[in-house]
Amino acid sequence: MLRQLASKRLITQRIQILPRFYHEKVIDHFNNPRNVGSFDKNDPAVGTGLVGAPACGDVMKLQIKVDDTTGEIVDARFKTFGCGSAIASSSVATEWVKGKQMEEVMTIKNTEIAKHLSLPPVKLHCSMLAEDAIKAAVKDYKTKRAKSNVDSDAEPAVQAAKA
Amino acid sequence: MATSKLLVSTLRKSLTSPSPSSSFRRFSTAAAEAVAPASEPEDSLTIKGVKISARPLYLDMQATSPVDPRVLDAMLPYYLARYGNPHSRTHLYGWESDQAVETARSQVADLIGASPKEIVFTSGATESNNISVKGVYEQEGFDVTYLPVGNDGIVDLEKLKGSIRRDTGLVSVMAVNNEIALGKIPIDVDKWNVSLMSLSGHKIYGPKGSWEWGTACELAKKEMEYDDKRIGALQERLLNGVRAKLGGVVVNGSVERRYAGNLHLSFAYVEGESLLMGLKDVAVSSGSACTSASLEPSYVLRALGVDEDMAHTSIRFGIGRFTTEEEIDRAIELTVQQVEKLREMSPLYEMVKEGIDIKQIQWAQH
Repeated sequence: MLRQLASKRLITQRIQILPRFYHEKVIDHFNNPRNVGSFDKNDPAVGTGLVGAPACGDVMKLQIKVDDTTGEIVDARFKTFGCGSAIASSSVATEWVKGKQMEEVMTIKNTEIAKHLSLPPVKLHCSMLAEDAIKAAVKDYKTKRAKSNVDSDAEPAVQAAKA
Repeated sequence: MATSKLLVSTLRKSLTSPSPSSSFRRFSTAAAEAVAPASEPEDSLTIKGVKISARPLYLDMQATSPVDPRVLDAMLPYYLARYGNPHSRTHLYGWESDQAVETARSQVADLIGASPKEIVFTSGATESNNISVKGVYEQEGFDVTYLPVGNDGIVDLEKLKGSIRRDTGLVSVMAVNNEIALGKIPIDVDKWNVSLMSLSGHKIYGPKGSWEWGTACELAKKEMEYDDKRIGALQERLLNGVRAKLGGVVVNGSVERRYAGNLHLSFAYVEGESLLMGLKDVAVSSGSACTSASLEPSYVLRALGVDEDMAHTSIRFGIGRFTTEEEIDRAIELTVQQVEKLREMSPLYEMVKEGIDIKQIQWAQH
């Protein structure tokens, strides 16, 4: 009797509307993450932003490599401890800052990242954190630059962003 | 008994393994609904945006368990032919259904050392809990004392003794917690002096929300010892297999006094939900906050005193009567692979490798 049942196709007519849905872009960034890695944080051309907290389940480290003469961000890397949406948000952030001026990337809004990834409301804070990470990286680079201009040793300043 | 087990596992294999001629996943002991892909290639399906190549392995037995085919066998006549309402007093249909309910009642009673008169069938454990606690204490205004548990999740009996007052009316304890160790442990309500107890049928390979448990309980009684040994061995295999390749693996809850079918693990420096995403071919669950609406980690883990930075890193593996060695080995392989990949992406892992103590860092609030 079981075999007979098995040979018939079990179709469920009712389609469940599942409350959480991973957009394919998020999945893509998770499966094929762009720009994962690290620069040497002691490199004077590198700005490092470290935001979030393990207790919250989200930590992002975003690094930018800046061309001193033009002020353009030539490369970026990230590492993230967090859910799929957090990983995707930081991955997108590294893609978007490349080839831009620092002033320009300071205007990147978390809402744009969230829209690009179709993040549900419960995951908006992931995009906020990515925006914070970008700002923190730029700030760190500028601070390092200012310090080295005053002729003191450029410290590897890992600066936590102020929320 | 060995023959029928062989029959069951052969039946399951033939019903769930892909054959060139069949293009759909049909009857299987996995708990999820069958989804018929419309336009996907024969052997892959996309759900919630995730493409998987086959039905995932099922390792979430604490959420629910598949119905044992023998239970289904016992139930089917009552759906198709003997479908009378047990309360119908005037015809054979009612009488035979009533007899079936009473037989089931005594099989349940037999399993836990109670009298059949003491068994009440409800729609599920939640209703049972509510009936017990609210039914017995209908008025509000009763003092409730909440007792803490130790790091291993076990209640301190001395503390319990100390907090019982002369006017204490009800003591309620979870015999086994479903997050860190669901139990199919031998129970004797008389010996234990239990007044009220809630049981969940769909976690002992019985049907969900239904009263038809008789066979499930009978089977549980016969096979518990054998199941326990086999499942215990699988649990050890899983833990050892994972630990052979990965460091930073912590078991949540007591290792000795836990149910064999549950392995609740924390993987340091890897966030739980991202691991779940990577383990799309294995059905497990996590205690991480991202899976709930708030950012708070599981209250169970917090009660165990799990460190903040580990609270979001856990996965719960649930092993059961029908789990095979191949499934465990595959789960080990996938888990190791995904944890390694995520650790490469983890700033915490990087810091630890550089010798930084992450507990000392001042993290930004956000």
